[in-house]
Amino acid sequence: MSATRDKFGRPIVVVTGMGVVTSLGAGKADNWAKLCAGESGIRTIKRFPTDGLKTTMAGAIDFVPVEPFSSTDLSERLADLATEEAIAQSAIGSKGDFPGPLFLAVAPVEVEWPQRQELGRAIGNQTEINYDEMLRVSGGGKFAPYHRRFLFGSVADHLAETFGTKGSPISLSTACASGATAIQLGVEAIRRGEADAALCVATDGSVNPEALIRFSLLSALSTQNDPPHSAVKPFAKNRDGFVMAEGAGALVLESLESATARGARILGVLAGCGELADSFHRTRSSPDGKPIIGCVRNALSDAGIVADQIDYINAHGTGTPENDKMEYLGISTVFGERAREVPVSSNKSMVGHTLSAAGAVEAVFSLLTLEHQRIPPTINYDVPDPAIPFDVVPNTARDARVTTVMSNSFGFGGQNASLILTGEPI
Amino acid sequence: MSESKTSNDAAEAWITGIGLATSLSDNLDANWEGLEQRRINVDEKSFAPYIVHPLAPVSFDAQIPKKGDQRQMEAWQRIGTYAAGLALDSAGIKGNKDILARMDMIVAAGGGERDLAVDSAILNAEAQGNSAPGFLNERLMSDLRPTLFLAQLSNLLAGNIAIVHGVTGSSRTFMGEEAAGVDAARIALARIAAGQSDIALIGAAHNGERKDLLVLYEFGDFNLKGKFAPVWARGEHGGFALGSGGAFLVIESRKHAEARGAKPYARLTNVVADQARRKQAGDVTASLETLWSKLGKLDANGAIITGATGAEPATSEERAFLAKHPDFAVRATGTTFGHTMETQFPLGLALAALSISRGKLFAPNDSSGVEIEMAKPPSQIVVIGAGHWRGEGMALVEAIR
Repeated sequence: MSATRDKFGRPIVVVTGMGVVTSLGAGKADNWAKLCAGESGIRTIKRFPTDGLKTTMAGAIDFVPVEPFSSTDLSERLADLATEEAIAQSAIGSKGDFPGPLFLAVAPVEVEWPQRQELGRAIGNQTEINYDEMLRVSGGGKFAPYHRRFLFGSVADHLAETFGTKGSPISLSTACASGATAIQLGVEAIRRGEADAALCVATDGSVNPEALIRFSLLSALSTQNDPPHSAVKPFAKNRDGFVMAEGAGALVLESLESATARGARILGVLAGCGELADSFHRTRSSPDGKPIIGCVRNALSDAGIVADQIDYINAHGTGTPENDKMEYLGISTVFGERAREVPVSSNKSMVGHTLSAAGAVEAVFSLLTLEHQRIPPTINYDVPDPAIPFDVVPNTARDARVTTVMSNSFGFGGQNASLILTGEPI
Repeated sequence: MSESKTSNDAAEAWITGIGLATSLSDNLDANWEGLEQRRINVDEKSFAPYIVHPLAPVSFDAQIPKKGDQRQMEAWQRIGTYAAGLALDSAGIKGNKDILARMDMIVAAGGGERDLAVDSAILNAEAQGNSAPGFLNERLMSDLRPTLFLAQLSNLLAGNIAIVHGVTGSSRTFMGEEAAGVDAARIALARIAAGQSDIALIGAAHNGERKDLLVLYEFGDFNLKGKFAPVWARGEHGGFALGSGGAFLVIESRKHAEARGAKPYARLTNVVADQARRKQAGDVTASLETLWSKLGKLDANGAIITGATGAEPATSEERAFLAKHPDFAVRATGTTFGHTMETQFPLGLALAALSISRGKLFAPNDSSGVEIEMAKPPSQIVVIGAGHWRGEGMALVEAIR
């Protein structure tokens, strides 16, 4: 076995650059300090009026100005920031010339209310407004930038041009597992030998009225608005939903061989990826937990390890009654009695649910956990749920020996993805 | 540039299932007959001055038996879930739980079908001075159907295919208009060739009969207006006529197909893609020429099936590329089926595989001279998918000798 290949003979995939932006701040240093201090980025929403809403808080990122606001513009800015940090750390390629493909997890793009309202104003109040009238005023070039902006591929298009990634950039969505899927696609491309490096980015800037209301109508969001920082209560008995949040994560993946050859610092190893779809329901997991169990097992088997080797689980841990229960069922089935011992914490208790970005944001945090040998806590854990006897690292960060991390992501539409990250090649 | 090529040591991939629900029909034979008879289903009136190719009448019950499932979907998801079922039927694996449970899926999707009445009512109220803080919130909270979101989410076409047909090995949704359809095929092939996957369902669906989509493309003046014309006859102020349709393919390794005795339509030999910056005239032509050179050995006097949209300048640039390969018989799917966006490339692959399996390229449908007759059975067909704004893709589909 060559030292740059894993036990299956595949190129070992390593991380040489990481970037992250969340409601806690921009950059790894700021985020890590606040995560370990148990700080929350959840605040009362200031971006738009919240009158009449059941949920009035979010992990919105208001320190990155976007004027006029659109979720797609903010997603793009957040992706820029995370990617700049990742590429700078990796020192790969040259400015505007990244030597590999782009895999971007991004929320589905659509024309938003400010633009729709602009069309309404263009029609005026003397005519009844309908889509025929909107069509009548849409052409002629006045709104041409909105065509570019609201194509599904627009954020990837921008990143590909800015950072000079190669080939056809892929925009993807596997709902709340998107970030993990972006990483998985990069891992697979490097293992196939198609690329020596891949840029995997995940971003979400979805805190706008309609997006919030959509989740609210599905009864998925916490309504414990006051105080906002204690709203997300993963694995606690009094959890009542997730909190929408914004963020971006970026990882530069490389083959170990290529990273070593250029003398890059290796931040961690993407040892395995697993996925398995659930056909039970559009928003709920199969009650027997089989798809989650299968997903976790697929990740372990892809990494060529067993559950006993996992010494920290970076949970999906959204704080919805359903997710946390199903995640416990899945993990306890695979880990057996060890499910009570292995630390399982949820970054979402602090940064909220960054949706399309979560898988990559939490992969970055998992790698920081490996680097610092310190596990960020699950905050707001005051009322344990006896049905979920995890060691959630309650409320306070903890030093620990961590060599192998599992990071889980589950999403609407039956999406399940798990990543295995290690400090050293296994 | 991105390539996924079946090299000598790589697994060969076969197309063993095709599902089509188009403006012509939901039946492969009827689609073929329609192409041979140069039949075009176009609607110049319902969305006038815009032109669309409406979905031919289909009975969704045949592939989506539960009405409850149908109600949870908007049209684009129903079309796709339906076409995916047809593809599984065609491959002979419908209901085969063993295979479906490990089948990989890559869907190219748009999404976001709006509730037009809700949008219009809110804008009207605002125009009449209803601009109190929270007005939008209150209306959306009370007027949006709670499950509409699930019918809008891009990855819920794949989600519905998992629920209705049981495809659960993996589920990935690519977005990004035409390029998403190319990349779905490219990544599926690359995974099969590398042994990362044995069998995959790929495809896309598009509902072109949507005013909210027409608005998006009208921003960029891409819609064909007034009178229908074939793709090659639309001139410099052309445009695309949105088409409704779903196209899904079952692609599997030769070994997997042979082990289960599956009959192939054709081999998917290679899929390549790139994204030219399109800052200068000729960028698309050059990008297509580069992709062409990466496809592998092409025999003379072959065939090309293109999804050329009719929108400019991409169509003229593609035409300049085609002019350099005058011995190839060209067919533009956009004339017959309209521009099906994410579905453009899977549709091209499906028609190429169908043509190969029938030993005949379907009839030309063009008076401009771009499309010429082809007498001999095609052994190779190049599929082209150039995006109206971004993305260029190409595939080589071949007969299995």
